Order: sequence, then structure tokens, then C-alpha cells
Amino acid sequence: MSSEAVIRTKQPLSSRLPVVSHLKKSVGLQRGMLVVGVVLSGLFLLTSIFAPLLAPYGYSQLSDASGSFPTQQAPGAQHLLGTTVGGYDVLSRVLWGSQTAVTVIVVSVTMSLFLGVALGLLSGYFGGWLDRILVVVADAIYAFPTLLLAIVISIVISKGQSSFWGGIFSCAFSITVVFVPQYFRVIRAETIRLKAEPFVESAKVLGASSMRIIGRHIFKNATRTLPLMFTLNASEAILTLAGLGFLGFGIEPTSAAEWGFDLNKALADTSSGIWWTGLFPGIAIVLTVLGLTLVGESINDLNDPRIRGRKRAGGTTKSPRRASGTPTTTAEAGK
Amino acid sequence: MTTLIEVPEAEPGLVAPKSKSKSGGGLGKYIVIRFFLIIPTVFILVTLVFFLMRVIGDPITAAQGGRLPPDVLAQRIHDAGYDRPVLVQYFEYLGQLITGNFGTTITDRRPVVEVLTTFGAATLELSINALIVALAVGIPCGLIAAQHRDKVSDALLRFFAILCYATPVFFSGLLLKLTFSVWLGWFPVAGRSSTRTELTMGSLSAPSGIYWLDALRSGNMTALGDVAAHAVLPAVALGLLTAGVFLRLVRTNVIGTLGKDYVEAGRSRGVSEFRLVTKHAYKPALIPIITVMGLQIALMLGGAILTETTFEWKGLGYQLVQYLNARDFVAVQGIVVLLAIIVAVTNFIVDIIAALIDPRVRY
Repeated sequence: MSSEAVIRTKQPLSSRLPVVSHLKKSVGLQRGMLVVGVVLSGLFLLTSIFAPLLAPYGYSQLSDASGSFPTQQAPGAQHLLGTTVGGYDVLSRVLWGSQTAVTVIVVSVTMSLFLGVALGLLSGYFGGWLDRILVVVADAIYAFPTLLLAIVISIVISKGQSSFWGGIFSCAFSITVVFVPQYFRVIRAETIRLKAEPFVESAKVLGASSMRIIGRHIFKNATRTLPLMFTLNASEAILTLAGLGFLGFGIEPTSAAEWGFDLNKALADTSSGIWWTGLFPGIAIVLTVLGLTLVGESINDLNDPRIRGRKRAGGTTKSPRRASGTPTTTAEAGK
Repeated sequence: MTTLIEVPEAEPGLVAPKSKSKSGGGLGKYIVIRFFLIIPTVFILVTLVFFLMRVIGDPITAAQGGRLPPDVLAQRIHDAGYDRPVLVQYFEYLGQLITGNFGTTITDRRPVVEVLTTFGAATLELSINALIVALAVGIPCGLIAAQHRDKVSDALLRFFAILCYATPVFFSGLLLKLTFSVWLGWFPVAGRSSTRTELTMGSLSAPSGIYWLDALRSGNMTALGDVAAHAVLPAVALGLLTAGVFLRLVRTNVIGTLGKDYVEAGRSRGVSEFRLVTKHAYKPALIPIITVMGLQIALMLGGAILTETTFEWKGLGYQLVQYLNARDFVAVQGIVVLLAIIVAVTNFIVDIIAALIDPRVRY
């Protein structure tokens, strides 16, 4: 680990960035998965940034110069993906929805990163009663159904529904509470492992303060799994947001577009055979989660040298059964 | 919704790992220690939920605030004891929980335990159906993927697994409804059974609430068929979510065991690949599945809430959403706490089963 880090620092910054370096290491099927994931996630980000330009109408717009929009109209020239029972344009709401999703991901993952990493470092390094309590609490929360916890938190924060930022924050907080234990567990375990390493010992002998050891020596080594956790949690955040929205604990349609909420409203349409109100927001969720998950999975595979296919082997074509002795192929691919 | 990848972790502390003396005593000790770990888990969740729900004020104002004159409201709050200090209420609540009293709902004045016994059977039935679908899809697909590792079929199956995870259960439910009930008309749109079947089963002396059993007992074949038809789509929607996880797990573990020496030995003696996978590599690979199944139960409960809402399956999750919309927070709190206990106890049982099968778990 440490020698690898030394070599890495000599490479240019561009090839040390998480996804870029992974792309260079990858071959064959693995590279395909990563590329598809990156493209989907990139599209998702771009859509969210340019939603105001891309969307033909506003997310809560019910009429334009030619009069109010028809309700439950099938996809056609004026409304490319049709309109909902409330008269919203489906395409516009799908595009605007990406903005809501990105905001929630950014807010929730940032908050849980800070809290989880800080608690994990402190708890793992100092140990003692604080550690015990935090572990038991984290385990209790971890074992609990995510969605239930998110519902409870969301009730507490917004009492159900609220404005754009109120809704965003209540969703993001709910997701944060669910994620903090995950970050906490991983960082704590890493910290405990690193605490016993010789370089921490020698820093102690040299008289470095605890804060300096945690901040300089442990933090940098303990955070190597974070890009992976970030992508996976981002996809979970979207699913939780959509779940909350679907149950009616999301953001009101006049404040922002939210895919889960739209799917909830679409549920009643299905029995009369109206498919466009539900299909498109759903596809948006699936593609976004798919993209983020593919990126996360690929990073996970590529981080593990036992799993990673080697370039000269050609990755996909090589038979794994023959070479059970070599470390490249025996170990398992993709958990 | 748990993460797909289990990030490696060490868990020092908590369970004392120093009982290596004898295998028999080890298991007994493990069970006892593991059992007592349920208590802090449940206690923490109860405390967390209680104080969170009190942050927003007393439940009576939340449920009936706008509809009652202030003095009547104040009287009701006083009668229910919600004007006392929060800590007093908290300890009283803990005391009630120990005696099995989970509170009475505000909106329809029913004991929460009764709500659980009425609607719990439906959720249990849905979960079992979904688990059957998940195992029936996940295990064979995982075996196929492991056997054809890195081939096209493996790539497709892995993609299928990720797709299962990426699709929210209410969206897959919506698609299934659209395709199979609205367009093809094969299955009913929603509910657990048609009214006629319910009448048939209602005449039973002591209905279990699990419709499979009740329909079987009534001996009415059309009723049984009706129940089965209603059960298919929700089970598939919820089951596929978990099937993806099982698929990946089986694939990973079977590939792991296929590389072991004893499998290589079998191969060198001329045992066919098919037999190697199904006979030799398969069984050791099942142990991690049992462990993960425990975690899946929490995931399934979350999924069940969404599935029940999608298919109007009148179970605990559906009922929970009704109470949430009615702002009946006593009911919500009761159901959430009950579910927490159920999750903790199931995890305990799963851990014991895992320990019985695999002695290495016992420390």
C-alpha cells in the first residue's frame, strides 16, 4: 500500500484522479462497464445542469401562450412524452427531476461523508467507551430498514411535505442518517488497522499530536475506499429519495420535479392503460442508478488487483480454470 | 436498500472472541451472547424513534390539531399525559413496551399489537412469496453465471443483477401491472384477492390471515387460484429486487469454491463441469447466502412497504402509509418499534442458523 502510494505521486495528476486512473487500468468487459457507467452518469449530470435549457416547459408549468395543457394526453408533437393527470408536461418534469436528484445526492453524501469520516476516525483511533457506544448505535441503525428510518426523519424535519429547499434538506438529512453508520464502520475499521502500522508508531515516538496523526497519517490512508462508497451511496440516495417521494414524503410538485412523486401519481393511471406518465420517470431513475452503480462496481473491481484483468491477458477471453495458481485469475471477479 | 458491495471490515470488540475451548459450549455461549445483543439494538432504536417523534410535538396535536377547539385539545392532551415532562413519558413508554403494550392508535383507537396481528400475516405472506421468487431466480442464475464465467451469458446475467438493483420496486411493479394486468389481462391489477374469495374465506372459523392457508383450508379451488393470481405480480416485483443480490452472491462464492483444490482434484479425476458446480462447489457457497438473507429481511421490509402501496396489498406497510398520511404518529411509532424488534430477532435467528451450519462463525 505505502510503496504503491509513493509511485503514484510521481504520475501526473490527470492519471491519478479516481475514474481516469481506473479507466486506464481496465480492459475488455470491465472497461465496457466502466465506460457505459461514466457515460450514463455524465449524461445525468449534464441534464441536471442544462435542465432549464433542455426542458420545453417549466416543471410546474400548466399552460403556455396557446392555453392550458391538456391532461393525460398521449405523447405527441406538442408534448413529446405526453402530459400527466395534473396537466404537467412529462418530458419537462423528467428533465427537471435530474436537478432535484443531483442536489439531494450532493447535499446528503457530503453531509454523511463529513460526519461518518470524522466519527469513524475519532472512534477508531481513541477507542474506549465512546467507541463502544458509537459502534452499538451504528449497528442498530444499520440493521434497521433504510426506508422506515428515512420516513421517520422526514416526518420530523418537514412534517411531511415542504418547499424546494425544505424538501431537499429533509430528504438529504434522512439519507444522511442512514448513510453515516456505513461510512463510520468502514473508516473505523480502517483506522483500527492503520493504528497498528509502524508509521503511526514512529509518528507517536516523534511526539506528533493525536490530531496530527489522525489528520495526516491515518486520514489519507483510510479514505481510499471513499470514491467507491460515494458512487454506491449516490445510487442509494436516488432510490431512497424516489421511495420517499413515492410514499408522498417528498417535495411538492409545485416546488420541484421529483421522479418518485411522479411515479406515485402515475400509479392510478396504469389501470386505464396510460403508460407514459410512469414509464419515463421510472426509466430516468433506472438509468441514473444503473450508471452510478456501474461506475462503483467497476471501481471496486479495479481497486482489487486480484480481480483486475491484466492487459496482456485480454481479460475476457482468458480461461480462468487453467491458471488457478496465478493471483490474477483465481480470485473472484465482481462481488 | 443496502449496498451491493460489502466493504471489508474488521469488527473487534462486542462479541468476546475468546471461547475456543470446546465446540459444544462455544455454540451455547455464542447463542447467549448473541441473544443479549438484541436488547441494546432494540433499546437504541426505541429511544431514537421515541425522541425523534417527540421533537415534532405531541401526537394528539399532530393528528387532530386543526379539527378540535383549543380547550378540548388541551383536555385530551392532559388526559393522555402528553403534557408531562418528556423523560417521564419516555420511561413510562419503556415500561409499557416491556409489558407488550405498544400503544393505541389515535385515528381508529386500536391497540398497535392488534394492528400487527391483523396485517402482519399479509406482509409475511408477501415476504415469503418474494423470497421464493428470489431464490428460484437468483440461485440457478448465479450457478449458470459462475459456470460460464466471463462469457456472454455471464455478462448478461451480471447486467441483469445490476438492473434488478437499479429498478425501484414500485417502478417494476408499475411495469408488471401495465404489461400483465392491463394489456395482457393475465393477472388482477391490485389487492390480495377478489371479494368473492374473501367471503369464502371469511366463513372459516379461525382464519390465519395467510390467504394461501385459508384458501387451502376452505377447499375451494377457484379461491386458491384467485389468491395465487393475486400473489404473482407483487411477489415477482419484490422478489426480483432480492434475486439480483442472490445471483451475485452465488456467482461470487461458486467461482471462489471452483478454484479450490478439492474441486481441482475432482476435475482431474474426470468429474464433469456440471457435476462439479452442482455437487461440489454449490454447498459451501450457500453459507454466505444464509448470512446475507438476514440483512435482506430488513431490505425486504422496506421493499414491502413500497410493494404493498403499489399493489394495494393490505399489509403492515400499506397500513403504515395510511397512518402516516393520517398523521397518527402513535400508530407509526408502534409499528416502527415492532418492526425494529422483528428485524433484530430475525437477524438473531439467521446468525444462529449460520453458526449451526458453519462452525467457524462461532469464534
